[in-house]
Amino acid sequence: MENKFDFREMQAREDRFVPGHRMCAGCGGPIAVRNVLKALHPGDKAVIGNATGCLEVSSFTYPYTSYTDSYIHTAFENAGSTLSGVETAYRALKKKGKITDDYKFITFGGDGGTYDIGLQSLSGAMERGHDMVYVCYDNGAYMNTGIQRSSATPMYADTTTTPVGSQSNGKPQTRKDLAAIMAAHNIPYVAQTTFIGNMKDLYDKSEKAIYTPGPAFLNIMAPCPRGWRYDAPEIINICKLAVETCYWPLFEVIDGKWILNYKPEKKVPLEEFLKTQGRFKHLFKPGNEYLIEAFQAEVDRRWDELLVRCGEK
Amino acid sequence: MAKKERMSGNEAVAYGIKQVNPDVMPAFPITPSTEIPQFVSTMIANGEIDTEFIPVESEHSSMSAAMGSEAAGARTLTATSSAGLAFMWEVLYVAASSRLPICMTVVNRALTGPLNINADHSDSMGARDSGWLQIYAETNQEVYDNFLQAYRIAEHPDVRLPIMICQDGFITSHAVQNITLWDDEPIKQFVGEYNPEHYLLKHNEPMAVGPYAVSNYCMEAKRAQAEGMIKAKQVILDVAKEFEEVTGQKYGLFEAYDLEDAEYAMVAIGSICGGIKDAIDELREQGMKVGLLKIRVFRPFPAQEIAEALRNCKAVAILDRAEGYSSQGGPVGADVRAALCKYKVYAENVNILYGLSGRDTKVEELVEVYHQLEQLANGENPFDEYPYLGLRG
Repeated sequence: MENKFDFREMQAREDRFVPGHRMCAGCGGPIAVRNVLKALHPGDKAVIGNATGCLEVSSFTYPYTSYTDSYIHTAFENAGSTLSGVETAYRALKKKGKITDDYKFITFGGDGGTYDIGLQSLSGAMERGHDMVYVCYDNGAYMNTGIQRSSATPMYADTTTTPVGSQSNGKPQTRKDLAAIMAAHNIPYVAQTTFIGNMKDLYDKSEKAIYTPGPAFLNIMAPCPRGWRYDAPEIINICKLAVETCYWPLFEVIDGKWILNYKPEKKVPLEEFLKTQGRFKHLFKPGNEYLIEAFQAEVDRRWDELLVRCGEK
Repeated sequence: MAKKERMSGNEAVAYGIKQVNPDVMPAFPITPSTEIPQFVSTMIANGEIDTEFIPVESEHSSMSAAMGSEAAGARTLTATSSAGLAFMWEVLYVAASSRLPICMTVVNRALTGPLNINADHSDSMGARDSGWLQIYAETNQEVYDNFLQAYRIAEHPDVRLPIMICQDGFITSHAVQNITLWDDEPIKQFVGEYNPEHYLLKHNEPMAVGPYAVSNYCMEAKRAQAEGMIKAKQVILDVAKEFEEVTGQKYGLFEAYDLEDAEYAMVAIGSICGGIKDAIDELREQGMKVGLLKIRVFRPFPAQEIAEALRNCKAVAILDRAEGYSSQGGPVGADVRAALCKYKVYAENVNILYGLSGRDTKVEELVEVYHQLEQLANGENPFDEYPYLGLRG
């Protein structure tokens, strides 16, 4: 596929996710949606799906909607299956000559609706091979209900169901590697990204996901100012540090081939990422150095594993 | 020319599906409804229908995919039973409130506790408040005919609600009975094409489905949905009349069997009504004035019509094939008693649980109930405080 990134042209495209929604300042959710939808070629039609979550309740609050394309939300755990129904109806109606337009199908879910309660529905939709893109905007906790831990929550994060206390250092478990699980479905396109620089990485991956025939999965780290506890303008810096520390590597899996998209010249120590966020504040108390060491070891282990998968090591 | 055949209830539904040729069917297998998606898959494999089948990974996903498909503008079907229906629970409400006229063929089976695969109505009765229309059948002929009328009712602009077409597991779904199958062409004409007014894939008219609605708007949406259910009653009667013109088969909100002059009546749903009719025939020969009110349409609930039909009875037994665990009996009992009260019909009445988890009910047991109703009317209540028919020990 010809893939030319022209920042000016991309920015000049009409937004398909328009202002007026009620998401927080400094939230990664709307940045993800706006930029993924920017990758739809002008004139192409789409149906957008959405799992219940912050995004849904804040962007389609009756009688207002931020979506210029057709949109469907049904529940929390079924964004995958709901959109698979839409995509199948499209094929059925097209076959019968009842519709003539071409459509793309893109659905958004948070990590709660994707890693956890919606994992079965997502897995089914991907395995069945529907021509659709599932986008997870991963903010690493159930933010809509008030910052409860999810299986995407990083280790040691302070959440309302893994609160830091005299007997607790935050979440005891490490985060699930969903992109790898999706790659194990042997679908044509899986990618992990976040908001970096002029969004080229996000744009390229969105375009590939949308225009690759068959199922595709995008995992986008999308920080949450409430849950992560940072000042709104810090979001871009946090995303950059997530990538530079190798906490959130940028990679693609195309037809089973793992490709590393960015390798920092020198890996930044993890604590530079951790100290930008209030949810990790307790790690910096004297005596807790061993927690940061353990976290660093986990990030290193996963980075090495990724390098091997991508043939870089 | 209509043709005489012998087939099971599931085969009858599958024959109806072949004639209707829905656009999309997501389904997940569960006994005793499994045959329906199997038949559909076979018909697709043999090029007999061009329905798109989605082999979903669960019933929650089958109802979710059905919502997506119907919202996109496709006539959509699914089938399930028991735990499968229970797993759909959350999405049943969303489908109804989104006003999506999905058809679901329900093969009634007990909900687990203990695990059991046989007939009772606890699955669909549990979903009676989910906003779905519910039509029940006594025989394979009825479930076939009800299915053929389903989309006409559900898709009607006054209704726009999803519909369950119910039959009793194994007793109706698997037992082979005589049936009359209608010709394809008049049925295709009767059912017609699905041309929704608004849908996701409509040319140059994007739409959004499934909003978050705050209290300022939500209650009005619920009332509008309730209006659809209220108006469905007339639509069901109109569609039945048209169906009669095509096939000669007569359907209403319920069937009154020897009810006109009955002093003692039963109210029941589903396959048990065959046994009740046998009991009535036997007792009528002995000169006892007994009758049956067989509910066909449970949602919307034809309260006034049922109450009026029972007005002259001395005593009424309301039969339930689903526990309500309210300590007051079952769901049919609750609704029928409320109807009798509202319309000031003061017949003595009793709510009897029978046939739970596939327990057989014998004709002689039903004959005995009619005799007990006579005693009840004469002031000698022979019934337990909380009666179960055919309970051991």
